[in-house]
Amino acid sequence: MTGAAGRLASARPASPRRKWTDSPHLWFWIFVGPFVAGLVVFVVIPIIWSVWLSFYDARNTVTPTHFVGFDNYTRMLGDSAFRSSLVTFVLFALFIVPTTFVLSLALAVLVSNTRAGKAFFRSVFFLPTACSYVVAAMIWRESLFGGTAAGLINTVLGWFGVAPIAWLSVVHPPWYWLVLVTVRLWLQLGFFMVLFLAALQRVPKQLYEAAALDGATGWKAFRYITFPQLRATSTAVLMLLLVNAFQAFDEFYNVLTTTAGYPPYARPPLVYLYNVALGNGQDFGDGSAGAIILTLIIAVFALLQGRLTGLGRREV
Amino acid sequence: MVPIMVRYSQLSVPAGPSRRQVLAGGAGALTLAALTACGGNTGRSSGGAGASGSGGGAGTIAQWYHQYGEPGTEQAVKRYAAAYKPAKVSVQWIPGNYDQKSAAALLTDSGPDVFEYGNGPTIDMITGKQVVDLTDLYGDAKSDFTASLLERMTWQGKIYGIPQVVDMQLFVYRKSMLAKAGVKPPETLDDLVAAAKKLSTGKVKGLFVGNDGGASVLAGPVLWSSGHDYLKDGKPDFDNAEVAGALGKFRDLFSSGDLLLGAPTDWSDPGAITSGLTAIQWTGLWNFPALQKALGDDFGVLPFPAIGGSGKPSVPVGAYAACVSARAENVDAAKKFVKWLWVDQTSDQLDFAQSYGFHIPARASLVAKADKLKSGPAATAAGYLKDYGHPQTPLLWTPKSSTAMTDAINNIVRSGASPTMELAGVRKVVDAELTRFGG
Repeated sequence: MTGAAGRLASARPASPRRKWTDSPHLWFWIFVGPFVAGLVVFVVIPIIWSVWLSFYDARNTVTPTHFVGFDNYTRMLGDSAFRSSLVTFVLFALFIVPTTFVLSLALAVLVSNTRAGKAFFRSVFFLPTACSYVVAAMIWRESLFGGTAAGLINTVLGWFGVAPIAWLSVVHPPWYWLVLVTVRLWLQLGFFMVLFLAALQRVPKQLYEAAALDGATGWKAFRYITFPQLRATSTAVLMLLLVNAFQAFDEFYNVLTTTAGYPPYARPPLVYLYNVALGNGQDFGDGSAGAIILTLIIAVFALLQGRLTGLGRREV
Repeated sequence: MVPIMVRYSQLSVPAGPSRRQVLAGGAGALTLAALTACGGNTGRSSGGAGASGSGGGAGTIAQWYHQYGEPGTEQAVKRYAAAYKPAKVSVQWIPGNYDQKSAAALLTDSGPDVFEYGNGPTIDMITGKQVVDLTDLYGDAKSDFTASLLERMTWQGKIYGIPQVVDMQLFVYRKSMLAKAGVKPPETLDDLVAAAKKLSTGKVKGLFVGNDGGASVLAGPVLWSSGHDYLKDGKPDFDNAEVAGALGKFRDLFSSGDLLLGAPTDWSDPGAITSGLTAIQWTGLWNFPALQKALGDDFGVLPFPAIGGSGKPSVPVGAYAACVSARAENVDAAKKFVKWLWVDQTSDQLDFAQSYGFHIPARASLVAKADKLKSGPAATAAGYLKDYGHPQTPLLWTPKSSTAMTDAINNIVRSGASPTMELAGVRKVVDAELTRFGG
């Protein structure tokens, strides 16, 4: 201990007896406790319960008694509708993840480089994030992509002599994907753009100045400075996008559901599982087995992506 | 299964759960009991004073209804309940996804004592012992109820629901449009296809069977009108050449350009025909007041036409049925109330069927007394119930079978898949489901 420090220590008045309210543990649990309790009650226990249910015949009950081993898993994996929804959403993820990534990054770079109205553009592009998925789905389904000549897009197409397209009815070509992808991009691009914008602001200006002296500007500067500097943000964005893609539900459900349920096109695994377990099916055994399978698939893809992008690796 | 009594409020965009809700739910239903226990008024008394107590007087009976769209219905059912003297009845009016909410509530002790369910309880509710046998409530009145609907709610000789009112799906057509095009109301499927072609002019399409080309609604009518059924003697009766051929015709219709697709409202709303987008539309009896208001006398009704030589016209009929939860605080008190309201109180039953929405009473004696069914298209439709009515789906047609069939028809009609192969695929699912019940 240095002399100065020693003097300070000796100068401190003798501490009074600590009251119980001074305990840092007490305040830790007062602030954190409710959240931990919520997490345990609403997330941890349901997950454990779900794993348990997945090994039981649990039709119309959440306290089943008939153990069936892996039967629910075998049935779900043998269910062509569930398999097809998994395959569809692997393909959907392969498309939507890079698309959203590239477009949100491009938007961020454009907004960050704009000279005038930066705040305006940032707000305009971010605003859709505040919109409810259900409301956006309704606007897309009933107004923009209405199937008759009165639909907005059909009206515009009509000016060029194109016959009205029943966007959500025909499946060859699968126009419904255009509806689903555009509403998703509109809703999500702004959020990821803001993440990239924040990261762009942290790139040291002197790097660009030094690179400019060496003749690296424009695309070269982006390729060799901006993009590598965004690595940490990029990996996080990719992970969020991947999880988002497999958890697709809101806009799909609200765009495509009819009175008879959800059609076999663009049916997300979550929508299928919702109908099996929580819809009319009330089969919590099969539904839970499907949820576990889906979780494992997301985990595998996340690990794979982590390996490829170096998520969690110590920054050099 | 398509609920036959679809309300306007349910139609355009489903009031769906959010992704987070599904994730939470999909991760397990553990919290259900806790949530239901601590959230909301379920209608039951908190004191748990049951009729079984020595003191006599029953506790509160919780009765659940889905949200009927017609003004006055809620007040009417509350009035009926208030008039029941032996016990206090608390009516819960449930908006949104009623089937899912009531099914989930049945898992807990805080669910309804008495509740209505489309076409009676599901087979899994019955075998899971979530509902109780109501056979003894019928007494002498049993023969007065529509027999096919009672059969739909019967499992191993016991009846698990009491039909409240009957609804029906059928074709409606614009008389003036058919007359102008020189088209007679179609009597066969081939007539219907030809009529659709002739009636399609400019922005008007000849036929509307839903924005999915009929995938939601065609299964039953195509089966019955071609002389078949979902199940016959407990075995699948849908994978045959007649049904495959009829579905193939709907595929041709779908790609012909004569079918209205992408309408702002779906088949269960009268919007497409009242706004002049189509000349013939598949819809429901519940739309008659709106049709009369918009079109006056300019509409007629038709059953789904006969298909092939052995076919006969058909219409699907369904009924919300009163059921009693096995977890009811006092099952006997709940049963007594159900008997009082849905068996004994014929004047209330008639009032419920014809004073608010537009329904057919579930009992022959009341159909005869229903003034609104004595003339015009309504009288014709009431006649279809007797001559061509089929319960929407059989009891053993589970939600899984229903999804498989709807998927198959979607694939056949919209994607052009082979009807024979698709129906064979449905059979596999249905066979597996039937084995669960000893089939």
